[in-house]
Amino acid sequence: MNTISVQEADFDVGAEIEALSAGRADVGAVASFVGLVRADTLAGEDDDVSAMTLEHYPGMTEKSLEAIVAEADGRWSLLGTRVIHRFGRLVPGERIVFVGVASSHRGDAFAACEFIMDYLKTRAPFWKKEDTPAGGRWVDAREADDSAAARWGRTPD
Amino acid sequence: MSIKVLYFASLRETLGYSHETLTLPASIATLGDLRGHLARRGGVWEALEEGRNVRAAINQNMVGPEAAVADRDEVAFFPPVTGG
Repeated sequence: MNTISVQEADFDVGAEIEALSAGRADVGAVASFVGLVRADTLAGEDDDVSAMTLEHYPGMTEKSLEAIVAEADGRWSLLGTRVIHRFGRLVPGERIVFVGVASSHRGDAFAACEFIMDYLKTRAPFWKKEDTPAGGRWVDAREADDSAAARWGRTPD
Repeated sequence: MSIKVLYFASLRETLGYSHETLTLPASIATLGDLRGHLARRGGVWEALEEGRNVRAAINQNMVGPEAAVADRDEVAFFPPVTGG
């Protein structure tokens, strides 16, 4: 089962992890990742981020996440995936993103979880704007994210 | 042909538009042509000039400048993504 949600609301990490193996005996591994809003900035400047607002492209966001999960399904032997990405205004400490992957053995779950996050960072149409004492500031894309996605090799766009 | 164009994030703020419907001259065949056409409006629209760090999608699929633009397409321009 693959399920994708793009939502403003928070999510329950424990419940999401439980759901990936509930009622089935074939799942031997569940790997998960939770991304959180940090108070420091990517630019390394010392002005604190008081909040951030995530904008997205409704329709394309869901479509791109579905494509990323389908790609992961093709590369590893997976029994279920769950991706949740929030949008709207979030403050430091709040959860932004959840990726959970179930498989028979841990190798597939670990790898697919990291792959989905790396691809999501460079392909899903989300944009972060930070609120700082100096005003609003759009977060620049990082080359490190492109490199992280590139190490998984080439895939059809 | 007539298309819908969407703008997101910092690009939306720079241009002052989130979307518009455009009737295009027949000379515009590709995404690159469309970008040049919009950049030639001048002023803030120069943000779409070739070489600027702008990404694009046609019908919600990310594509490059060589992609064909067709009647009734939904085209979107945006900065590199920063989710996750």
